[in-house]
Amino acid sequence: MENKIILKAENISIGYSHKKKQKVVAENISISLEKGKLISLIGANGIGKSTLLKTITGIQKSISGDVILNDKKTTDYTSLQLAQQLSLVLTESLPPSNLTVFELVALGRQPYTNWIGTLTDEDILKINEAIELTQITHLSNKKHFEISDGQLQKVLIARALAQDTPLIILDEPTTHLDLLHKVSLFKLLKKLTHETQKCILFSTHDIDLAIQLSDEMIVMTPENTVQDTPCNLIEKGTFGALFNDENIQFDIEKAKFLFKNL
Amino acid sequence: MLKSKHIALFISLTFIMFVLFLLDIGLGQVSIPLKEVFKSLTGQEASKETWQYIILNFRLPKAITAILVGMGLSISGLLMQTMFRNPLAGPYVLGLSSGSSLGVAFVILGASLLPSILGSLIASSYGIIIASCLGSFMVLSAVLIVSQRLRNTMSILIVGMMFGSFTSAFVGVLTYFSTAEQLQKFTFWSLGNLGNLSWSSILILAISVFIGLFLSLMSIKSLDALLLGENYAKSLGLNFKKARLTIIFATSILAGSITAFAGPIAFIGLAVPHISKLVFQTSSHRVLFWGTLLFGAIIMLICDIVSQVPGTSIILPINAITSIIGAPVVIWLLVGKRKMMT
Repeated sequence: MENKIILKAENISIGYSHKKKQKVVAENISISLEKGKLISLIGANGIGKSTLLKTITGIQKSISGDVILNDKKTTDYTSLQLAQQLSLVLTESLPPSNLTVFELVALGRQPYTNWIGTLTDEDILKINEAIELTQITHLSNKKHFEISDGQLQKVLIARALAQDTPLIILDEPTTHLDLLHKVSLFKLLKKLTHETQKCILFSTHDIDLAIQLSDEMIVMTPENTVQDTPCNLIEKGTFGALFNDENIQFDIEKAKFLFKNL
Repeated sequence: MLKSKHIALFISLTFIMFVLFLLDIGLGQVSIPLKEVFKSLTGQEASKETWQYIILNFRLPKAITAILVGMGLSISGLLMQTMFRNPLAGPYVLGLSSGSSLGVAFVILGASLLPSILGSLIASSYGIIIASCLGSFMVLSAVLIVSQRLRNTMSILIVGMMFGSFTSAFVGVLTYFSTAEQLQKFTFWSLGNLGNLSWSSILILAISVFIGLFLSLMSIKSLDALLLGENYAKSLGLNFKKARLTIIFATSILAGSITAFAGPIAFIGLAVPHISKLVFQTSSHRVLFWGTLLFGAIIMLICDIVSQVPGTSIILPINAITSIIGAPVVIWLLVGKRKMMT
């Protein structure tokens, strides 16, 4: 049987080490990311979602335990090899430039191009494929600052697709979007995982939507970090422990958060 | 991607540069017909011996210096604007030229404090060029270290200006201890001057500029990646530290060597990359590199033609001309292109 697991971490502790001091953010985290799955990462602010993503992507070292990406530790990859295994969509805004949408997506091919960045026919094929999959063909000649936040998010996803990696990681891709665009973005991610057999991991605060659309969820609570399908997580009552506040409670039957004393 | 529109622009700009190069040689206190300029450049005898002398010993070196200075400063500005993610970055604005000034001031003004043999050794053109490069390298590194802690565009510029004031204050202290003769030498240098370079100095300048340009050419791919910001660039497999070091070396060599020979020349490094971005309408550094190179040479040649005020015996300081052209560009950038700034 073909190995479906792309990334695996067992019992890792994450956090920051400053000189000799170590600050552990979360411990005993075990996750595994499989091909063709859309996986969401949820948790309250400050629980360590970003730290976990940074550790998985090799930006930051784990305090203990290894992250294994395709049978090799992430720390053993060179930055170029890592760039061919995982691509990122970040929350930070882009610096000022004249980049067009096409040029921006084309930058995703950098790990494969020569010293001066010449695009081969294969590169252009991959770029056009990514642009078509994300349905941004009509935008490709526009400057990146001329399009809306929702469109830009799709462009950044297209760039990650063009990078042609088995794993794509998105940090809060729905933050600045309205409900309509949130839903359409989630649908796009779902479509991409199923059509391209990539694994997509994203962090989000839109828990209701994530429950409905994700194949699996990683939930970080102050006590522990759990990975399972949304249905199992609801049954186990994991969501109830998400926020440490009696005014916010999770209704298992409706699969929704309810607010009291408003 | 190279588009046909870009290629057409490159060809016309190269042609314009060539024409301006001939004009720059032809115009000045004594006007020399273009035909005669062409003759003496191609090795034939010009009609008047004085013309030939003026061209080969005065105007040709100056025009070549103008091209080297224009190309080098503009490319260093382009690199800095991308690296600092800041459209207002440039060798002059960020204090690199002041850093070079400090290095040169140490050499010109401080040479007397050393034993005479050592002093004259250091005050040679090699000494000046090395001191100047070191000066700009130190200021650039300092600005870079501080800018790591400041994400704000404006504060980086203010830091650059502060380093500028700091170094000029230091130069002021040095002048206090120097002789009138040294002071005069330094003042002339600081006004900026494209002429008065011997052929051997031009060779040293050309080699330094070519090293700087070569390093910049090698950085084109990393510069493109940096358009997305540091974190995206790293995620694309860019060796960020190595790329940044290459860019810093390139800019310091360019700004340092040019400042050593031609004095601190204002605004070219800031304004030219914007002109080429505006004309080529792209951020791709493969296009911008050549565009900036050509525009740099063209604009510096124009400044030089203007500064020698054709037909008169007046020669204006080159720095005044570049500022007259450059300062409005900066104001226009701040007011009109706010969208690109934020």
